[in-house]
Amino acid sequence: MNPASEHITDNVSKGESEKKIWRILSSVNDPEIPVLSVLDLGIVREIKIDDQLVEVVITPTYSGCPAMDFIGMNIRKTLLQNGFEKIKITHRLSPAWTTDRMTKEAKEKLKSYGIAPPAFKTFDISYLQSIPVQCPHCHSMNTSLISEFGSTACKAIYQCDDCREPFDYFKCH
Amino acid sequence: MDINYKNDLLGYTLLLADSSLIMGHRLSEWTGHGPMLEQDIAISNIALDLVGQARNFYQYATQISSSTSEKEITEDDLAYLRDANEFKNLLITELPNGDWAKTIGKVLFFSTWQFYLYQKLIYAPDKQIAAIAEKSLKEVTYHVKWSSEWVIRLGDGTQESKMRIEKAISELWPYTGEMFVPAAFESSLQNTFSIDFTSIKEDWNSKIKRVLEEATIEFPSEKIWMHQGGKVGKHTEHLGFILAEMQFMQRAYPGLEW
Repeated sequence: MNPASEHITDNVSKGESEKKIWRILSSVNDPEIPVLSVLDLGIVREIKIDDQLVEVVITPTYSGCPAMDFIGMNIRKTLLQNGFEKIKITHRLSPAWTTDRMTKEAKEKLKSYGIAPPAFKTFDISYLQSIPVQCPHCHSMNTSLISEFGSTACKAIYQCDDCREPFDYFKCH
Repeated sequence: MDINYKNDLLGYTLLLADSSLIMGHRLSEWTGHGPMLEQDIAISNIALDLVGQARNFYQYATQISSSTSEKEITEDDLAYLRDANEFKNLLITELPNGDWAKTIGKVLFFSTWQFYLYQKLIYAPDKQIAAIAEKSLKEVTYHVKWSSEWVIRLGDGTQESKMRIEKAISELWPYTGEMFVPAAFESSLQNTFSIDFTSIKEDWNSKIKRVLEEATIEFPSEKIWMHQGGKVGKHTEHLGFILAEMQFMQRAYPGLEW
């Protein structure tokens, strides 16, 4: 069951290990939006390797996001399964996470999953005015906000005024 | 770290932590009781943001105090094992939710205070306070928007809703002055930070004025008597009841973890 433990000895294998860890992390998904990996979301800030210790620095999306502890646990579990033994998960707040950290592919994946991706770059107070959000189902721009707060901290609820389907919108943050 | 500075910083961090926690805990009482599903979800989300912000401040408070204290203090100790007179939250946060209008009024007054305060704290020389403020600000911005819209909807709504929100605003108003009267630890920290926390009063006033105007509600007199004491541990009778409920598990089963 257990793969051979990863021994990190010199600089070359340190670089290799880091690359390998990034690859492994691309398979760790967000528990609330399973179509996105932690890398798609831009939650992983840095990977530090010191001797045998692997430190993964993650950044919370929302202060109260209950998924963060779960995500930390999943990262630890996945790295353990891949033979890394000493793992430390560190939270870093600054600079604050923003939806700009989401990759373009992530936004595409969200859309095909039925969640409208953030409509603009970078959070701006002016975005709190009503903004045009595209329906992920019929692509109409004729939509209206139902509630600023949705099923998770990062989403708002919209409804399409053409196809009438309600949908989640991933807020600019 | 200079001992006086440390005490001021710890006091101030706890003021921010306790205010967010008690506000968040109060709002969470609406979970499952909201007037409609979307608003139940909205207010629960706001509560979650606030409890999350409180955790960040408590975690920082444990770091500040661990440098001198012999016993290691955890965030759970701070939230669940301190008594009412050690809590530094603003009094407005511990007031009962009342009806929907009163809760909305509380969220508007409190989140507008956070909104302008965090914009100042982003420039604090203390990097962790600045980081938590930066992280929280975007969340708070949504709370301000949501509560402003509700105050306007109720004020400019039916006769019943207008009556209720006017009553709420006038009952809450005497608890708003405390936000802008610095406690001793706050005054000395303001000097060290070179940030005037109380200068946000003007911004707060003009934002509230704009919202109330749109809601067709009269702006209350600023010259009335204002309650204070929360920042130095002198609370209303309501705090004890919140703590009794919130702290029960940790006190009955010490060291309990989820």
